[in-house]
Amino acid sequence: MPVLPVFESLLPEGGLRRGAAVSVVGDVGLLLALAGGSAGEWVAAVGLPELGLGAAAGYGLDLRRLLLVDAPGPHWPEVVSALAGAVGLILLRPDAPVPPQLAARLTAVLRRGGCALLVAGPWPGAVLRLQVGSARWFGLGAGHGQLQGRQVEVMAQGRGAATRPRTARLWLPDEHGEARPVEAAAGVGRDESAAVGRDEPAVRLAAV
Amino acid sequence: MTETERETGPARVLVVWCPDWPVVAVGADAEAAVAVAAEGRVLAGSAAARAAGVRRGQLLRLAQRLCPQLELREREEEAETRLFEPVVAAVAAFTPRVEVLRPGMCAIPVKGPSRYFGGEEALAAQVHAAVAQVLARETGAPGPTGVPGPTSAPGWVGAPGQAGAPGRVGASARAAGHGRTPAPGRTPAPGRDAVLGRLPEHGQTPASGQAPTPGRAVAHGQVGVADGLFAAVLAARAGVLVPAGRTPEFLAPYPVAALGDEPLAQLLTRLGLATVGEFAALPGRAVADRFGPVGAAAHRRARGLRSRPLVPPADQPDLSVEHRFDPPQELAEPLIFVARTLAEQLHTRLADQGLTCRRVAVELTCADGRTATRRWHHNGTLSAPALAERVRWQLHAWQTTGTFAESPWPSAAPSAGPEADAHLQEGVAGFTGLRLVPEGLVVDQGRQLSLWGQAVVEDRVERAVARVQAVLGYAGLRRAEPAGGRGPGEQHVKVVWGERYESPAAAPWPGRLDGPEPATVLTSPVPAAVLDAAGQPVTVNGRAELSAPPARVAFQNSGGSGGSGAAVLGWTGPWPAVEQWWDTARRRRRARLQVTVADGRALLLTVEHGHWSVEAAYD
Repeated sequence: MPVLPVFESLLPEGGLRRGAAVSVVGDVGLLLALAGGSAGEWVAAVGLPELGLGAAAGYGLDLRRLLLVDAPGPHWPEVVSALAGAVGLILLRPDAPVPPQLAARLTAVLRRGGCALLVAGPWPGAVLRLQVGSARWFGLGAGHGQLQGRQVEVMAQGRGAATRPRTARLWLPDEHGEARPVEAAAGVGRDESAAVGRDEPAVRLAAV
Repeated sequence: MTETERETGPARVLVVWCPDWPVVAVGADAEAAVAVAAEGRVLAGSAAARAAGVRRGQLLRLAQRLCPQLELREREEEAETRLFEPVVAAVAAFTPRVEVLRPGMCAIPVKGPSRYFGGEEALAAQVHAAVAQVLARETGAPGPTGVPGPTSAPGWVGAPGQAGAPGRVGASARAAGHGRTPAPGRTPAPGRDAVLGRLPEHGQTPASGQAPTPGRAVAHGQVGVADGLFAAVLAARAGVLVPAGRTPEFLAPYPVAALGDEPLAQLLTRLGLATVGEFAALPGRAVADRFGPVGAAAHRRARGLRSRPLVPPADQPDLSVEHRFDPPQELAEPLIFVARTLAEQLHTRLADQGLTCRRVAVELTCADGRTATRRWHHNGTLSAPALAERVRWQLHAWQTTGTFAESPWPSAAPSAGPEADAHLQEGVAGFTGLRLVPEGLVVDQGRQLSLWGQAVVEDRVERAVARVQAVLGYAGLRRAEPAGGRGPGEQHVKVVWGERYESPAAAPWPGRLDGPEPATVLTSPVPAAVLDAAGQPVTVNGRAELSAPPARVAFQNSGGSGGSGAAVLGWTGPWPAVEQWWDTARRRRRARLQVTVADGRALLLTVEHGHWSVEAAYD
């Protein structure tokens, strides 16, 4: 399951493994950005009524291939197993802590269906756990400006090959609503609020 | 009037009228003087009230002066409709094409049923008897045995010989009386409640026959038959059967106010035309010239022609298919086999009519009388096996969600495996009926798959969607469609899967926010407090200026907002937006403010009527 190029270095297999669950803690933007590389696949969002659809489109999600199950309530396991055979990626927020047996059973269903799972929150047996370490928005002054982009430090840790934590500094999103790495030239300084507007499109293209 | 008009003239209509229905609905005593009031005027009065001079449309003050013991009641429209339902059902036993004009009055076309039931007179008599029986049962009024029997029974019941008499009158009196009215010298005002045994003859006051008996019961029905709905309503009020072609004669003595157009009636009266007959005598072309389309329609009514056709509520054929299980079926598999057969039958019947349906409702009846229904999106795409498959999912979903928790599936554990649906229940009830009802019938014009530009929904996705809908209901799964709006939550709408949605044309939305979109758009905004450095609330004045720079945002509800408050690092705005100012009910005036707060997030705050709330979060 491909992801956006910026995440390839962060994920040990260079993508999301089908039939495996990845837990994304505390950051909806990161969740959406991870789903953004799924061009051509159907994506389902289960239990995420507050998803920003505009932001999802910005990261590259195809809204015409997005199924929204806003309020599955306690039936979310049935919904996930019904969707597992049809869609390539499921974004899920369970309504309660997930017992390990249920997680194992659903993982088996996902593996059979060839579907990747991104969980907003903890998931027992997740192969990878991503979270945002530090985040900072740029573009706002004291009464002027406009939000332009956010620099985040994403940390990924998991099992097997991913035991060693990896971190990456990303624009999430940048001024176009996309995800891209922070260039060394632009620096990671604290007061680089003007950096967003300055960097050249060519540099950005090269980076992507 | 030309010959073609007479040929395409209105169909014969039978109208059932229950007088004083609002009074009946409030459950008034038969003897008491009761009036139902609406908007400060009398809507209807009981017989005793009417005897005291209370009339429809009177001011309440006047009515109470005329009848001091008058009991006033509020109108109960729901009760009117509910009480009238059995009457409609009784009439629908004669023909299903019943049109309810309002509670207390319904109409059926005469053409078909009159042949079946042996003529118009026989039909009217049978309808009258059926309605009287129902009313006697429902309202406790003495039916055919009580007082209204002799008074309200129309002539074709009491004296069958009279039914033919009007025909003879018509033949002898006015054979060519279409263009010329009877022009009675004295034009009687027909009594509203006149219960006539026969047709009014020319020059005879329609109300002169029998005065309404003061002590009659409240609920009774009257039946009238005439050409066209308008005349049939008047005929029902008079309780007469107007023979075919004699409707203009019947209408002629009525005052022009009966045409139901108050301004026109006033104008006609001022012009010296007091009765419908005099109005009908005017040349149609001149009427159309002088009074326009409204006058022309009234003129057509006055001449006994059609001004609008009778519209039965549901004209679509009943194509539902049903299977009854005897003894009640307890296993799921036979149900699914039957569902497959039924689906094939349904498709055959639809194809015979050249129709397809938008939805299919699957109705399951239990032995204990309960019914469970679920609608499936169809649009001509479901094959019979696919429909049977959906019935299987539906059974399974009901089983796991406990729809039939008590009796049919007492101990069905959720997702107990394939053997769970092999035996649905353990000896209590079972299912007695399975019914497939097509809904939203449309002409089948075939399906053209899109070539490009539209995401073709793959079959497996459709199947998964249907399975989710089996669990959560039809509206459980939605898709996003672009829409217009300024706020981040307004730019996309969520449409139920399978419903059509027309995206509005792209338009500029001045005042919408540029830049990155928020990743979290709260479905209901969280109230917040925006404070300045001194701890005072920040306000936005009419010129879209902040009272002071915001220094701190506090959340009244910390759900999803990460703590009870955060220091503001940067802010920008406010951006005012005045929306739907042309609609007083929906207008909104608000301003938006973007802030970055200390925990590394950015928030979109909205102020409306001085109250701040968090609309969306950028994270």
